[in-house]
Amino acid sequence: MGISGLGTGAAAFLASAVEFVEALTIVLALGVTRGWRSSLWGAATALLLLVAAVAAIGPGITDHVPREWLQLVVGVLLLTFGLQWLRKAILRSTGYKALHDEQQAFAEEREAALLAGGERRYGLDWYAFTITFKGVLLEGLEVVFIVVGFGASAADRRPAIVGAAVAFGIVLAVGAIVHRPLSRVPENLIKHGVGVLLSTFGLFWLVEGLNAVASSRHPVEWPGGDVAIPFILVAWIACSQLAMHLLRREREALVA
Amino acid sequence: MSFLRRFGRFWWEFVVGDEWRIALVVAIATGLGALAAMDHRVDGRIIAIGVAAGVMAAVCEIIVGTGRRSRR
Repeated sequence: MGISGLGTGAAAFLASAVEFVEALTIVLALGVTRGWRSSLWGAATALLLLVAAVAAIGPGITDHVPREWLQLVVGVLLLTFGLQWLRKAILRSTGYKALHDEQQAFAEEREAALLAGGERRYGLDWYAFTITFKGVLLEGLEVVFIVVGFGASAADRRPAIVGAAVAFGIVLAVGAIVHRPLSRVPENLIKHGVGVLLSTFGLFWLVEGLNAVASSRHPVEWPGGDVAIPFILVAWIACSQLAMHLLRREREALVA
Repeated sequence: MSFLRRFGRFWWEFVVGDEWRIALVVAIATGLGALAAMDHRVDGRIIAIGVAAGVMAAVCEIIVGTGRRSRR
């Protein structure tokens, strides 16, 4: 497995782990307060829909769209998406944005679930079913976006699928054992890492995708090919460290 | 709100989020990169480094600008 495969596997694993932890918080909150049957049905239905989406979009897209155009579109979307993660993680770690708290999210979901009505449809607690369905679907959609994007742009789609599957297995196993929100996961640090990785691959594929409009005699290429990936990664880390340093200085000046 | 509007809004918030200037930077970098790629006089490696440097500098400035704005 090359640099690209390792990177896509790691990025898919970390991004999926963060999303699965957030989805687990919702399922746990509803399961504890409204009962497990309806909550698990909601989560399972959403998961089924997500798997079907990956199976339908993933392999077919590479057969019908030229690889350069796929890389360009996925690169643009992944870079924009990854930079949003990176920006939020930087603002959170420098105190410009509140940290995401799984315990608090769990408490809020639990309180809302206790206050909600008890409508039943198809033998299920409809509130528990719809909330877990929507929660898992929305968190999972980001995972699908990353896995399909990586699968379509990289030469090998297996590392992204394996990364996401391993993350799902670990979060599910830990959640089943501890039976409470995984608040000890250093979520912002992981989000920072994911932001850097998504931005790295997004930028790499965006530039590679420019060959969709370049002539074959004058291709757009990274110096060193795939070897450029770790250098782009280090450059994004340097950028984020610089931004954090400047923001902390601004904050200190604000407090003084 | 119509279904199409909600659908568009969902994807806008999903990809672009609350800082649209980052999406604008990526769009401008892609456009300029594509123009340079079509012009055979510019070396492909220079285009790659130029796009990367431009995006990184602009994004850094946008993020740090958040701090400056909150100071005012």
